[in-house]
Amino acid sequence: MSLQRDLEALRAIPLFAKVEPARLKLLAFTSEHIDYEPGEIVCRQGEPGDAAYILLEGSADVLVDTPSGRVKVATLGKNEIVGEIAILCDVPRTATVVAATRLHTLKIAKDGFLNLVTQFPHVAVEIMSELAARLHATTQRLTQVSLRLAELESRRP
Amino acid sequence: MEPSIFRFILRYSWRQQLLILGLTILSFPPLYYSLELPKLIINRALGNLDGPWELFGWDLERVQYLFALCGLFLLLVLIGGLLKYILNVYAGIVAERMLRRLRYQLYEHVLRFPLPHFRKVSQGELVQMINAETEALGGFVGDAIAVPAFQGGTLLTILAFMFMQDPTLGLAAIALYPIQIYLIPKLQYQVNQLAKKRVRQVRYNAERISETCATIREIHSHGTARFELARFSDQLGTVFWIRFEIYKKKFMIKFLNNFIAQLGPFFFFSIGGWLVIHGDITLGALVAVVGAHKDLSAPWKELLTYYQSMYDVRVKYEQTVAQFAPSGLLPAERLTGEPTVVPAPPRRLRVAGVSLRDEAGEILLDEIHLDLALPTRLALVGPAGGGREELSLLLAGLLEPATGRVLVDDRAVHELSEPGRAALIAYLGGQAALVAGTIRDNLLYGLKRRPIRPAEVPAALRTARARNRREALASGNSADEIDADWVDWEAAGVRDPAERLPAMIRALSIARLVDDVYTLGLRGSLPAERADLASRILSARRAIRERLRSEERLARLVEPFDPERYNTNATLAENLLFGRPVGSVFDLDQLSAHPFVRSILAETGLVEELQTVGYRVAQTMVELFADLPPDHEYFRQFSFIAPEDLPEFKTILGRATIDRLDRLTKAERDRLLELPFKLVVARHRLGLIDERLQARILQARRRFRERLPASLVGAVAFFDPEHYNPAASVQENILFGKVAYGQAQAAQKVAAVLAAIVTEHGLKEAVIEIGLLAECGIGGARLSQPQRQKLAIAREILRRPPILILHEATALLDAGDRAAVRDAILEEFRGRTVVWSLEDETEAARFEHVVVVERGRILTGGRHEKLAAPGDEPAAAVEAAS
Repeated sequence: MSLQRDLEALRAIPLFAKVEPARLKLLAFTSEHIDYEPGEIVCRQGEPGDAAYILLEGSADVLVDTPSGRVKVATLGKNEIVGEIAILCDVPRTATVVAATRLHTLKIAKDGFLNLVTQFPHVAVEIMSELAARLHATTQRLTQVSLRLAELESRRP
Repeated sequence: MEPSIFRFILRYSWRQQLLILGLTILSFPPLYYSLELPKLIINRALGNLDGPWELFGWDLERVQYLFALCGLFLLLVLIGGLLKYILNVYAGIVAERMLRRLRYQLYEHVLRFPLPHFRKVSQGELVQMINAETEALGGFVGDAIAVPAFQGGTLLTILAFMFMQDPTLGLAAIALYPIQIYLIPKLQYQVNQLAKKRVRQVRYNAERISETCATIREIHSHGTARFELARFSDQLGTVFWIRFEIYKKKFMIKFLNNFIAQLGPFFFFSIGGWLVIHGDITLGALVAVVGAHKDLSAPWKELLTYYQSMYDVRVKYEQTVAQFAPSGLLPAERLTGEPTVVPAPPRRLRVAGVSLRDEAGEILLDEIHLDLALPTRLALVGPAGGGREELSLLLAGLLEPATGRVLVDDRAVHELSEPGRAALIAYLGGQAALVAGTIRDNLLYGLKRRPIRPAEVPAALRTARARNRREALASGNSADEIDADWVDWEAAGVRDPAERLPAMIRALSIARLVDDVYTLGLRGSLPAERADLASRILSARRAIRERLRSEERLARLVEPFDPERYNTNATLAENLLFGRPVGSVFDLDQLSAHPFVRSILAETGLVEELQTVGYRVAQTMVELFADLPPDHEYFRQFSFIAPEDLPEFKTILGRATIDRLDRLTKAERDRLLELPFKLVVARHRLGLIDERLQARILQARRRFRERLPASLVGAVAFFDPEHYNPAASVQENILFGKVAYGQAQAAQKVAAVLAAIVTEHGLKEAVIEIGLLAECGIGGARLSQPQRQKLAIAREILRRPPILILHEATALLDAGDRAAVRDAILEEFRGRTVVWSLEDETEAARFEHVVVVERGRILTGGRHEKLAAPGDEPAAAVEAAS
C-alpha cells in the first residue's frame, strides 16, 4: 500500500532515519501527495518556505538566481528531499526548484512536522542528533578548509 | 407611555373593558337563579307534599314539577357557563391585544433610545423585560376589570342570596373576611418584594448569558469556563434562595386562606343547625346556603389573588416603563416620518458651536465650528478618543449635540425625520453590523425605508390579510406589511428592473466583494425561480468536460462523476450513493446505519468485506493516533475515529482477529462498518479499497438506485451526466466531478478554468445572483470581518446618499484592499460629499479639507496642501471657522 511506500521514502531520508517508524507513519499519513507537471515550480527562491518535499518519482532541477542570471546547481532524483531547512527554521527559500520531468512528491508541511516534534520530544532529540552530526561534519570540513587556506596563504611570498 | 398600568388599560381598552363589564353583569341573573333553584327543588318539589306545584302560572304534577325545575336549573347552568366562556375568550383577546401593544411600544422605545443610552442598558435585560416580564402584565390586563367585576359581583350575588335566607348566616359566612383583608396584604407585600428581587436577579442571568455569547472566544482562550460556571451557579443560587423564601410565604398565605374558608362550614353547621332545630330557617335554606358558601370561596379566592397580582403588576409596570423612558428619547414621529424634502444636492454644511458631553458630564466636543461649501471631501484626523468619532456621528445626525447645531442647508440634521435624514446623509462606522438574512437582504437594507409596492396577494389569502391588518391596528401596531416590496430602487437611481442586478454587482465591485460573492454563488444552489439556468449550466458542464478532455494537464485535475466508474477522489459513501442527499435521510456521515443501505450491502455481500476493511482502518488509526492527547488537532483533521471512541476500537481489535470478526457483537461490527465509508482512495492511500472492491461497490451503487423504494426516492438526487442536480451546488453541477487530490495547485487551476467557462456561458452574473442569496448568519457571523465591512460599504454605495460620513470605515480591511477600496469610494462619490474620520492621517492627502480634532476641539484645519506645509499657523484654518 502506498502509505507503506511513503514510509520507506521517509526512512530513506537521513534527517528522519533515526525516527521511530510509528511516528514516521503518522507524518506520512498527515502529509499530502503533490504531483507536478514538467516545468512547474515546486518552490521559488526568496519566498518563505512552509514545506519540504520528498521526491517519490521523477526529477527536479535546483536553480539559483545569480547576478549573471539563473544557474542550475543540481538535479534531484528519487528519494531525495528538497527544502528541509524550511521546516526547521524560518528562512526564505535559497533556490528555485522546478520539475524536470513529471514529478511525484510527498509534501511534508512545516506545521505537521512541528506538530510531530512538539508532541513527541524524542523525535526532536533524534533529529537534533542527526543535525549535530551534520554540523560536526561541516565543522570538520571547515577546519580542514581553514587549515588548507592558512597553508596556501603562508606559501605566498 | 402611560405612567400607570390602570391608565394604560383605560386609555387603550376602555371600550373593551366596558363590554367585558356588560357581559359580566349579564351573567349574574343566571347565577342568582341557579342558586335559588336548589332551594325551590328541596322545599317545594321534595319537601312540600301537597302542592300546588306551579311554575310560570302552569299547574304541574309533582314529578313534572321536579323535572321542570331540574331542567330549568340545567338551562341556567348552561347559559351561565356559555356566558363565562364568551367572557373568558373575549378577555383573553383583549389581554393579548394589550400585551401586543405593550411589547410593540417597548420595542418602539428601544428604537427611540438615544445612542449613548445603549452603553448603559444590557441587551439581555431588554430581552427579558420585553419578552418575559410583560407576560404577567398582559395576563392582568384581561382581568383588570373583569375579575373584580365578575368575582366581586359573584361574591355579592351569593352574599345577597345568603343574607336573603338569613342575615345571621350571611354574617357568619363573612365573619372572618376582615382578618383575611388585614393579614393577607401584609404577607403579600413581602412576597412581592421578593418577587421583585427575583425579577432583577433573572434579568442579571439574562445579561450574563448574553455576555457569555458575546465573549465566548475570550472565555475559551483564557480558559475561564470554570470561573464562569461558578459565577452562573452563584446567580442561580441567589434565585433559588429567593424562590425558597417566596414559597414559604406564598404557601403560608394559601394555608391561611384555606383554613379560614374551612371555618365557614363550621359556623353553618353549628349556628345554622341551631336555627333549623329552632325552626327559624328551613333545611332547604341551610343546604342552599352551604352550597352557596362552597361557591363563595372560589370568587373570594380569585379576588384575593387578583388583589395580590394587582399590586405586583402595578409595580412591575412602573419599573418597566421607567427603564424604557431614558432622557433624550427621540420623538416617535422622527422614526417613521416621511422624507420632508426631495434631497436636492445640498450646498452647505455648517457646524455651529456644537458641544457634546458624556453621561458623566465630561466634555467630548467643545464649541466646534465648521463651515463647508458642498460638495467637498473632508478628512477628520487626530488621536483616537479625541472627538473624531463623536463629531462624525454628530454630522450624521446620530448624536444630538448638547448645544449648537449641525446644519445642512440651514436645516438641523438631528431634527430631520430619520427617513428624510437617511435620504440625505449616510453614516458608516468601522465595524458595521449586518442583519440576519442573505447578502442581498443586507445589500438592500439601506433602501427599505418604506413599503413601495403592496405585496401581491392571492385572492384566497385576502381576507386573512385584512384580518391581520385590522388586528394590528386594534393593538396600535404598525400595519405596514413586511412582505410588501420595501426596496426603493428609485432611491438607488435604478428605474429599470433589468438594471437592478448590474447595480448590485457594481456596488459589490467597488467594495471589492464581488469575487467573494461569486465564490459563494458557486457553492450555492439554484433557487427554484431561476430553474431556467439549468440548461445553461449543463452546457457549461459539457464545455468543461470537453476542455478537460482536450488538455491532458487539466484532465488530471478533475475526476468526473461517471456512473460506471469508482471515483477515487470521493468517499466510499459518496461513491455508493452517487448523488446528493436531500434532507437528512441519507446523511453521508451515517450512511452505513440506514436500513435500506444495509439491505443493499447485505444483498451484494459487502457487509463482511467492509467490516474487514473497517478492521484494518481501525488498526491503522489506533496505531497512528493512540499516543496523541485527545485534544490534538490531528483527530479533527485526520482521524476517522474520535478520541473518545479510540478505547472502544482498541477493545474491538483486542477481542477479535481479522479472520474471526464473528466473535464480535453486532454493535461492534456495526462500528467497524462505519469506518470505510469515509475513506477516499486518493487521499488516504491506505490501499484498502482495491479495484475488485471498487467494482463491487459500483454494483451496490446500481442496485441502490434500482431498489430504492418509492418512499425514499425524494431523499436523494442522483448524479446524472445529462441532468441538473438540484441538491448539488452550482460548482458541482458545472464541474460534475471531484477536484483531484495531490495535483499541484489543483484548486486554483480548476477555479480558473471554471471561471473562464462560467464567463463564456454568460453565467457569471447568474452565479453572483445566487451568491447574493447566501446567508450571512446572525450578525453576519458566516462572513469574515472584512467581508462584513465590505458588504456595509457596498450597501452605502448602492443607496447613493448625497453626503457620506465615514469613521475608520476601511480600517478593518486587509492591507491590500484598504487603499483600493478607499480610492474607489472617493471616486464613486466624486461630485458628492464625503467626510471621513481617518485612523491614519497620511491618508488625508486625498481630501480637499483636513480638520484635526483633538481633546474635543478643532486644533487646526484647512485645505490639505496648506496643512501639509510644516510650521503653518493653525489659524490658516478652515474658511469661515468663525
